[in-house]
Amino acid sequence: MKYLPLVLANLGRHKRRTVLTIVSVALALFLFASLRSVVTTLDASSRFGGADRMIVQNATGIVFPLPMSYAARLQATPGVTAVSWANWFGGRYGDGKRFFANFAVDPASYLAMYPEFVIPEDQKQAFLRERSAALVGRRLLEVFGWRVGQDVTLQGTIFPGPWTFTIRAVYTPSDKVISDDVLMFHYDYLDERLDRRMSPGWYVLRIADPALAPQVARRIDDEFRNSSSATKTGTEQAFQAGFVTMWGNVRFLMNSIGMAVVFAILLVTANAMMMSARERTSEVAVLKTIGFTDRTLFLLVMVEAGCIACAGALLGLGGAKLLYGTGDFNFVGFLPGFDVTPGTLGIGAGLALALTVASGVVPAMRAARLPVVQALRKVE
Amino acid sequence: MRIPLVYNVRSVLQRPVSTAMTALGIGIVVAVFIAMLALAHGFGAALVQTGSPDNVLVLRRGADAELSSGISRETARIIAASPHVALGPDGRPLASPEVFVAINIHRLGDTASMANVVARGVSEAAFTVRRNIRIAAGRRFTSGRSEIIVGQKLVGRVGHTAVGDTMRFAGRDWVVVGHFTAGGSSFESEIWGENEQFMPVFRGAVFQSVSFRLREPAVFEEAKRALEGDQRITVDAHRETEFYASQSELLTRILEFLAFVITSIMAVGAVFGAVNTMYAAVGARTPEIAVLLTLGFKPRSVLTSFLAESAVIALAGGVIGCLLALPINGIVTSTTNWNSFTEVAFAFRVTPGLLLSGLVFAVVMGVLGGFFPARRAAKLPVVQALR
Repeated sequence: MKYLPLVLANLGRHKRRTVLTIVSVALALFLFASLRSVVTTLDASSRFGGADRMIVQNATGIVFPLPMSYAARLQATPGVTAVSWANWFGGRYGDGKRFFANFAVDPASYLAMYPEFVIPEDQKQAFLRERSAALVGRRLLEVFGWRVGQDVTLQGTIFPGPWTFTIRAVYTPSDKVISDDVLMFHYDYLDERLDRRMSPGWYVLRIADPALAPQVARRIDDEFRNSSSATKTGTEQAFQAGFVTMWGNVRFLMNSIGMAVVFAILLVTANAMMMSARERTSEVAVLKTIGFTDRTLFLLVMVEAGCIACAGALLGLGGAKLLYGTGDFNFVGFLPGFDVTPGTLGIGAGLALALTVASGVVPAMRAARLPVVQALRKVE
Repeated sequence: MRIPLVYNVRSVLQRPVSTAMTALGIGIVVAVFIAMLALAHGFGAALVQTGSPDNVLVLRRGADAELSSGISRETARIIAASPHVALGPDGRPLASPEVFVAINIHRLGDTASMANVVARGVSEAAFTVRRNIRIAAGRRFTSGRSEIIVGQKLVGRVGHTAVGDTMRFAGRDWVVVGHFTAGGSSFESEIWGENEQFMPVFRGAVFQSVSFRLREPAVFEEAKRALEGDQRITVDAHRETEFYASQSELLTRILEFLAFVITSIMAVGAVFGAVNTMYAAVGARTPEIAVLLTLGFKPRSVLTSFLAESAVIALAGGVIGCLLALPINGIVTSTTNWNSFTEVAFAFRVTPGLLLSGLVFAVVMGVLGGFFPARRAAKLPVVQALR
């Protein structure tokens, strides 16, 4: 501890170099935390899903509907306690540049299925009562500057024509992994305006015992195997995970860029440490002459490297946490709940430690092994 | 008078480790820059190449993707009879009414995960309308049979794609009779069968789109006006190239934005590294610089000389970056085309233009990093420095 002033004095000798190096480390760790948070957020969203909810879809593909008649048969399946259904609407608002998901849901059963949508009771009743009512996420309301009671018109891409809904309710998700970027409206409203029969795009089930999910899935799929539309039943988590994998190998991409960033910054830091050490060769010799041990000199350099890495880590990781912690970075609804996890902070801190060792060890060894006589001879 | 570049090159070689580290740092930034843009370009290219400029894709009015469109037999017949459609050697219109669906197929090696794959039902004319389709193995499907051909990029990614295998979807068995390539386009991630076979098993008596060859490319606007103005049908006509290119727009923009943000942040770090290195270089060579100034070299020459030195280090880094990024060229990866909701496999594309912009990027970093140290060198007070 008593050597702290010495370390600080050394750091302060080339203030510019120290600051630039610290900022480089900070930027690298900020970038690392951001990239890793993309992966952890995707993972979290694929883990989302009540353990007691299952999704039934058409086995042929997600774009194929299931008959309405399945609702009653699903309800009658042992182990199933509630059934709801929904359909992807695919409407565009305005010029369509700001994408958001919108679907038709069976209102009462859907809201009962998802208690995560927190809605003021009076708004909820208003939404349930009115056939052309819409329920929108808080963020969507803010993005477009809508207000409750306003009419909004979507252009149907799958169901042609203009569709006007009245915003009657706004939800705030209780779990921040759930997107607050969605518009929902009554399934019946869609059904009655179409000249052909509508059928649900997918069913959501609540099951009595999450542990029995595989059995329930098998029972349902077996029952419909030879009917007009075979089904594919799975947990909501598996359904979500399926969407996440659709992005492709994001994990590999983000991780490899993260590695490259960290390695590039390691070079910058190591270089700075070596330059500092080289300039101080004669000083080190003097310190040795007046009795500093090799071990102390080794530690001095390591502590100096550690100070740089720690300051950088604090700035970079802390900055990322502060910036994303506000929760407003959801990347246009693609990554709801984007935040830096404690795990990421831990790994970042580990990287800072590794950076300390990797950048400090060569100059520190050199300082420790410096032959005094030779080094002093160079002094002018 | 200019200070010869060889002075800088020799100086750089005097401190090989420090130079190499700085250059490598810049090189990694350049490599990430090139790799991310190669990803964006690869995806863009796969979709852009899907269309050809003298083809027209007709969808139901308001539909923004083939998936959400619907074209009745009657409409398809009216479109095919349009005078703007080119005729084949047999005198029949070069128009292919197509069934387009996304189906679930088990990925190979991972039975739990499913891929959304395009199944496209085409007519005989499709192979003439789409010029880039080549049968790579086996043969085309036979009309009237439950036969399919599989795009080359699907082979090995999903199960049962070998010629002779049987794939099961939509409640029927389909024999794989061939593999096809399509010039690297997104067709190579599709399964093709006969439209009349696909229609009844998927969505009933409706096509999703009609693709036709224009009599001549220049008449597109005229054909578009004629079709969209026809009272009997409600359709939108798109130039095929533009239609598919627009599908790649969103993801390409996201990737380019990411590339820009990530590499800018990395570049700042690398520039700081260069600043440190150059300041150290100027510091270590203070007496040398003073001698140069005493000899009569203008401060401007010293400035240029140190800027050049920094640029040379950065350029070396740029070359390293290009070499690091080159091997990813051609690596196939996949993502989802959110317009069609299906998986598209595509290859990273490292183009000469991309390599060049990587080198330019490197030199810019070098010059930025070298500027302040070079200015300090140029403004060195000679007398003090020589002392």
